[in-house]
Amino acid sequence: MLVWSKAGRVLAWVTAALLFALIYGVPIGVIALASFSGQWNDVLPSHLTLAHYINAMRGDSAEQTQVSIITGFAASAAALICGSWAALALRNLMRLPRRVLDVIFFVPSAVPSVSVGLALLVAFSQPPVLLNGTRAIVLIAHFVLISAFTYGNVAAGLARLPPEYEQVAESLGARPFYRLRRVILPLVAPYLIAAFSLSFALSMGELGATVMIYPPGWVTLPVGIFSLSDRGAIFDASALTMILALSTLLVLVGLSRISSRAAVR
Amino acid sequence: MATPVSSQALRADDASVSEARSAFSAAAAPLLAGGRVRGIGFKDVTVAYGGLVVLASLTLDVRPGEIVALIGPSGSGKTTALRAVAGFVRPTRGRITIGDRDVTDVAPYARNIGMVVQNYALFPHMRAEENVAFGLRARGVSHAVVRERVPECLRLVGMEAYAKRFPRELSGGQQQRVAIARALAIRPQVLLLDEPLSALDAQIRRSMLDELAKLHRDLPSLTVLYVTHDQTEALTLADHIGIMRDGKLVAFGASRTLYRHPPNRFSAEFLGRANLLPVTSLEPKAGGLAQVRFGEAVLAATNPHGLPQGSQCLLCVRPHDLRLREGEGTHNILAGIVESVQWQGDLHAIALNVQGHKLRLTCAPLGAPPEAGTPLALAFDPHDVTLVPETPPEKPGG
Ligand SMILES: Nc1ncnc2c1ncn2[C@@H]1O[C@H](COP(=O)(O)OP(=O)(O)O)[C@@H](O)[C@H]1O
Ligand SMILES: [Mg+2]
Repeated sequence: MLVWSKAGRVLAWVTAALLFALIYGVPIGVIALASFSGQWNDVLPSHLTLAHYINAMRGDSAEQTQVSIITGFAASAAALICGSWAALALRNLMRLPRRVLDVIFFVPSAVPSVSVGLALLVAFSQPPVLLNGTRAIVLIAHFVLISAFTYGNVAAGLARLPPEYEQVAESLGARPFYRLRRVILPLVAPYLIAAFSLSFALSMGELGATVMIYPPGWVTLPVGIFSLSDRGAIFDASALTMILALSTLLVLVGLSRISSRAAVR
Repeated sequence: MATPVSSQALRADDASVSEARSAFSAAAAPLLAGGRVRGIGFKDVTVAYGGLVVLASLTLDVRPGEIVALIGPSGSGKTTALRAVAGFVRPTRGRITIGDRDVTDVAPYARNIGMVVQNYALFPHMRAEENVAFGLRARGVSHAVVRERVPECLRLVGMEAYAKRFPRELSGGQQQRVAIARALAIRPQVLLLDEPLSALDAQIRRSMLDELAKLHRDLPSLTVLYVTHDQTEALTLADHIGIMRDGKLVAFGASRTLYRHPPNRFSAEFLGRANLLPVTSLEPKAGGLAQVRFGEAVLAATNPHGLPQGSQCLLCVRPHDLRLREGEGTHNILAGIVESVQWQGDLHAIALNVQGHKLRLTCAPLGAPPEAGTPLALAFDPHDVTLVPETPPEKPGG
């Protein structure tokens, strides 16, 4: 503990709480309140109502929630498989080639998502690969944007894994696939789950690329929120935002419970 | 000392002993029943990392059923030699054999080797019994055999009561036992141990050492290559010891022979911290002895390496072979000045200055230990001290 005196500690806690409330609490609180308000002309809203949530549960919004979750899961799963595969494959390379490939893998996370969206739009708008207006292009965009994080997470986990485990397993007669399944994957499981959680959260919130490429009939929640607020339906947008935040949070909490059970080390 | 020695060159005449023992043990050890007893052979094995040679043409034979210890300072290439047998480093030159099978190009998982690494590397997500079963499962051994052999191996190392524990719930010594059980479960032809006791505290190390010795009595047909930097471990366990320095094998021999008659300065100092005094050999005497001159004194010593008359060599005197002189006598006397006296509980350690050379002596605790600064005369039995060839200082980069 850095602060020893009792008064000092109280002061530190109060400051931290105030800052936290100001930076996180106020915006979230405002949105939460807005999602329940019928009118907001004063300091506080009036006519509290559940109407926005009822709207959200009906029609488009429910479908958008579903679309977002499906997109998030599909893109994250694909990114997890490819990112882990890449991290496993590149692990045994020499230092220089690995550095180069590391950098290449991180490029998508450095490029603005709008640019990724535009690039996909331009690239796949002509035959032979015509993806414009399909759901696949949304999945591809999400995959491109999140795979760098998955790769980074899994690579970090593998780098922290002492080589002895695999070598002992090998000397005991375990072939490569058996070692992967019984030793390496279980030991990096917490990193895999963290990678999946991060990807899922990123995908759920993705707007920049999606808004440029989404086809009719595959509208994600952020795009829905964007168009609602664009039309001035702020309260409905707030309700949808709350649904987005809560559903993401729910999935992440579930994953972190699995993760803490997997982290036996 | 720069020239590596081959183990065959230094082999004593104990071939028949080892053969007889392994023949007996194949019948005596049910755990290894069915497996043939095999040795390990290094033939001119060289390992280099990016041009830097870390193991220089190692030629060494570990006979079936024998424990060979490789000892040497940190960085001398012991682990590299061991990992070459396991298959985790590829020799740039030379061949490695297990039994009469050349395994140089065989993948590690197909070598049938038991390996225990320094930090044990028990799989943290598996219970002790699952760790032990790992090798059997990886080989697709039937459940019935696994169920039978896992408790058998845990019992062998006294860990049957801990089968259900995870590694994090075990102490260092217990993890070590499980790691050994895991290596033995696959009935390996050879067992490789890399500094298996160095992570344990002194007391547990001592008892584990006894247990390892017992384990080898229980499994006498198991061939063991044991890497350590601790001479006590090597002398306690090993039939033969190889001394490594800078990637080279500088001495190899039966443990007792190597200790009593080290072939060079490095071995004498590394194995048993010998006192080395520069002497000139005078003339051979009967019974393998030789007379040497040390300053003004004429002394007698064993000359196992047959050093010629007139050569400059080293007199190797173990600290515990020196005795405080009682009564009169003129033979084999070293006179010096006491520099310091230390009481260490079970012994007295005395440092002396003998004609400008430092000499260490240990003896049972003395009632009236000598004072620092007083003269002291020491005697020794010529059969206890050995002449060691003095090699010119090694050229840098050689
Ligand atoms: N993977 C490696 N790459 C480069 N040098 C290595 C590698 N492994 C070991 N070495 C070097 O080889 C030498 C011998 O190492 P090692 O066999 O581990 O010694 P010891 O076990 O006797 O302490 C050391 O100088 C070490 O730095
Ligand atoms: Mg080592």
